[in-house]
Amino acid sequence: MPGDGTPWDHVPRADDVLLRGFEDEPALAGRSVALIDLLDRLLNGGAVLAGDVVLSVADVDLVHIDLRAVVRSVTADTPVVW
Amino acid sequence: MNAYDDAYDAHDDAYAAPDTGRLSYAYAVGRATPELEIALGPATGMDGAPLRTVAAHGLAAVVCDVPEAAYGERALRARLEDLGELEELARAHHSVVESLARGATVLPLRLATVYLDDVRVAAMLRDAGPELAALLGRLEGRVEWGVKVYADPSAAASPSAGTTRPDTPDAPAPEAPAESPGRAYLRQRRAQRTARDEAHRTAQEAVRRALAAAAEYAEDRVTHRPQQGELATGSGQNLANEAFLVARDRSEEFRAAVEEADRGLPGVRIEVTGPWAPYSFATPVRDPAPVREDAVREPADAAGGREEDSRAR
Repeated sequence: MPGDGTPWDHVPRADDVLLRGFEDEPALAGRSVALIDLLDRLLNGGAVLAGDVVLSVADVDLVHIDLRAVVRSVTADTPVVW
Repeated sequence: MNAYDDAYDAHDDAYAAPDTGRLSYAYAVGRATPELEIALGPATGMDGAPLRTVAAHGLAAVVCDVPEAAYGERALRARLEDLGELEELARAHHSVVESLARGATVLPLRLATVYLDDVRVAAMLRDAGPELAALLGRLEGRVEWGVKVYADPSAAASPSAGTTRPDTPDAPAPEAPAESPGRAYLRQRRAQRTARDEAHRTAQEAVRRALAAAAEYAEDRVTHRPQQGELATGSGQNLANEAFLVARDRSEEFRAAVEEADRGLPGVRIEVTGPWAPYSFATPVRDPAPVREDAVREPADAAGGREEDSRAR
């Protein structure tokens, strides 16, 4: 980000404007992001690419299922009402 | 065609992991532009490793070295099953993607996408190039916003919502004559049912309004599963958990319109999160999701037992 890093002096003007534009946005920074919102996106979203991937979550059914159990776990006595 | 291809082809079929003990963890793909290099900025990857780009065919993947001992298939599999480790990985991944997305258009990759080496990353860019380029074009200038609708009956029953409280008419007056336990039970059950029906209708209305408001500004939409379980945050029951792809410069309007949607609806809460890197829209495009057409469908459908992602792969 401009302002908090070092190598910004050489940034061309056009890029600088571009970056300042993004800077204006309130960002979802660090710990303020709820883990469950993050997992919704990182475990269900994100491009899954072919090729020689050592491991991508999408390919790991067991892990995926375990995680979903954590994320979705509903106790037996609280059925979905809606 | 280039050094990457040559190297890749030379090793085709019987390529073994180089004996370096290093793997390439990939975060995102963008166009090979100065903006992307700049967006790397001072950000660091897993365990503080420096980020770099691997470029091929006009595209560039942002990667960092990771030790095989911790990121090889066996190790990573074990780590992903530990919620604490999963959170660490997820936040580290997110922090890089977030930095990149602020300075360039990027396609976030799914968590834990690890290649044997940069040659393999370049090969991926070569093989998936046209599709990646198409996805990037679609995401340019756009951000993701999350919209969650909660029903929170305790809020509906608060004094401020008193007159709309559905069970109020059935509540016994202080001087009411004693009634039999059976009758009292039935009355109470009826009141509960009425309250629940009322809350259900209100929540349906909130979901309908929120989705309709979002559809005014959104270009695409992905439905996530309503959040429940030990990780679910916030009070009340999550009824709808949607992601919308919105032009960056319409974000404020989008947010204002959606947050407005629960006005006058007691016991309902709308939560907007973002802007996010377009995680939910980084999967291959099929037909654009019907942002408008079914925006007013019944919440029973909107909230109940659906797939994680309405554009199921």
